[in-house]
Amino acid sequence: MTSTAGVAPVPVADPVPDLTEDPPRGRRLTGYWLILPAAIWLGLFFVVPFYSLISTSLYDPNGSVLTGYEMTWHVANFVDAIGQYKSQLLRSLWYAGVATALCLVLGYVLAYAIAFKAGRWKNLMLILVIAPFFTSFLLRTLSWKLILADDGFVVNALQAVHVLGPDARLLATPFAVIAGLTYNFLPFMVLPLYASLEKIDGRLIEASSDLYASPLRGFFKVTFPLSMPGVVAGTLLTFIPAAGDYINAQLLGSPNERMVGNVIQSLFTTQGDYAAAGALSVSLMVIIVAAVLVYVRTAGTEDLV
Amino acid sequence: MTGLRGVRRWLGDHLILGLGILVLVYTFVPIAVVVLMSFNDSSRSRNVYRFQEFTLDNWLHPGSWANGMWDSVVLSISIAFWATLVATLLGTLAAFALVRHRFAGRSSANLIIFLPMASPEIVMGSSLLALFVSSGFGGQLGFWTILIAHIMFCLSFVIVTVKARLGGLDDNLEQAAMDLYATEWQAFWRVTFPLVLPGIVAAALLSFSLSFDDFIITNLNSGQSVTFPMFVWGSAQRGVPMEVNVIGTAMFLIAVTIVVSADVARRRQAKALAA
Repeated sequence: MTSTAGVAPVPVADPVPDLTEDPPRGRRLTGYWLILPAAIWLGLFFVVPFYSLISTSLYDPNGSVLTGYEMTWHVANFVDAIGQYKSQLLRSLWYAGVATALCLVLGYVLAYAIAFKAGRWKNLMLILVIAPFFTSFLLRTLSWKLILADDGFVVNALQAVHVLGPDARLLATPFAVIAGLTYNFLPFMVLPLYASLEKIDGRLIEASSDLYASPLRGFFKVTFPLSMPGVVAGTLLTFIPAAGDYINAQLLGSPNERMVGNVIQSLFTTQGDYAAAGALSVSLMVIIVAAVLVYVRTAGTEDLV
Repeated sequence: MTGLRGVRRWLGDHLILGLGILVLVYTFVPIAVVVLMSFNDSSRSRNVYRFQEFTLDNWLHPGSWANGMWDSVVLSISIAFWATLVATLLGTLAAFALVRHRFAGRSSANLIIFLPMASPEIVMGSSLLALFVSSGFGGQLGFWTILIAHIMFCLSFVIVTVKARLGGLDDNLEQAAMDLYATEWQAFWRVTFPLVLPGIVAAALLSFSLSFDDFIITNLNSGQSVTFPMFVWGSAQRGVPMEVNVIGTAMFLIAVTIVVSADVARRRQAKALAA
């Protein structure tokens, strides 16, 4: 509605369609139709399963896959599962946290180099970041088993320079598991970091150096804060899957490095204890969601998507 | 003074680039090992975690390919094919809805799409298993349950990839086509679709490799079926047959060839347009 001073405002229908407004009704329905199939799929096979998982976690633990389970609201499943597997739960969070920190350092260097220093090699370097995805995750992890092997090159070299004792080993230690996690989830850190660094206006960094900030100061006062959305997204995309992973712990660790993923997996597939497995899986999810909420609140970035 | 500063500046620039390249090299070390081991003759010794002797046998004699491995590769390829097809189709439609249409519930849709990418696979896999078991499909785990799971986790990645491409497009191009008397349909097929296609292809490629490579979710929902990652996992307990590395190397080469040639084609196109 437009009105000019002096002229009485006359309510008339706006003859010019406003393009910034919502599209007409037909097109609005098109949006629903387009998203409906994907929404149904994610609803049925992502959202509904969580409900099943929660009910499984409350089943009577005396049932089995063969005889069936009864819903008895057996909340004690949680107490039992967490009590019994507390060390694996804590270890998962610890390993995933260390791996995420290492990924952040390595990933930041790589993302920064690609965004600001790579010049015409930018595209090639980005392709190379994704390329390792194309060999099997399991095969790459098995390679680390070979690289870190007891009489392998790395261990021999470290023993020669006395970093490692003559009997010390890398394989089947927390070091190997954390190294594996760091390696496997690094691309998930690099890509969001790159996306966020790429968007930074280079003039802001120049301005900081014009104002006599040292490069280091400029980095911590300008570049790093502006890359926060990437840091948050990358940290989440690394930490969350790493906390649930069991492949690295299984292939590179020993029973002393078992993580919660190993426990859930074996409860479901070999021991058939669905109630305990469900309780543990729900607990992992709850812990992760809580940690993420606290982290996102502290890091102060709301727009993740 | 300026000379010293110049040196420091050069060092600063190249130090970070150098460190970045080192990180990149590190990500390729295990791949080099996979390639190397695909030429390893392990027939002489049981120690499969050590390079024994160079041979082309693993590549040249498919007959010697370990029991069940080839079947697992075929199963993985067919699952990855169908998962990619369905996920790319549904995901592309959803991406169009999210970028080009305004409707109620759009932001919650965005959140639901982000969640599968952030959830631990073990939780997604176990909740799907809980659903299948509680709805009576516990005995029928196999091809279909794996396929359902794979479409589910590929969807988010497709939507995000296509959305990124679509979001970067200027929708005035479509308007311009329609000003030039193209129908809405023509404007879509002649203008929008070709411009979005690289995003769709990238999404499909990503889907295929995610599906082909998935272990954790598949292992929980596969019943008696054995996919390639499950074959590798199973044989990791006994000793990995070297032929497994042949598959890994071949996959890597095929994918890198596709990605690099797509990039080269894109550059040529850009050059042709600029000229």
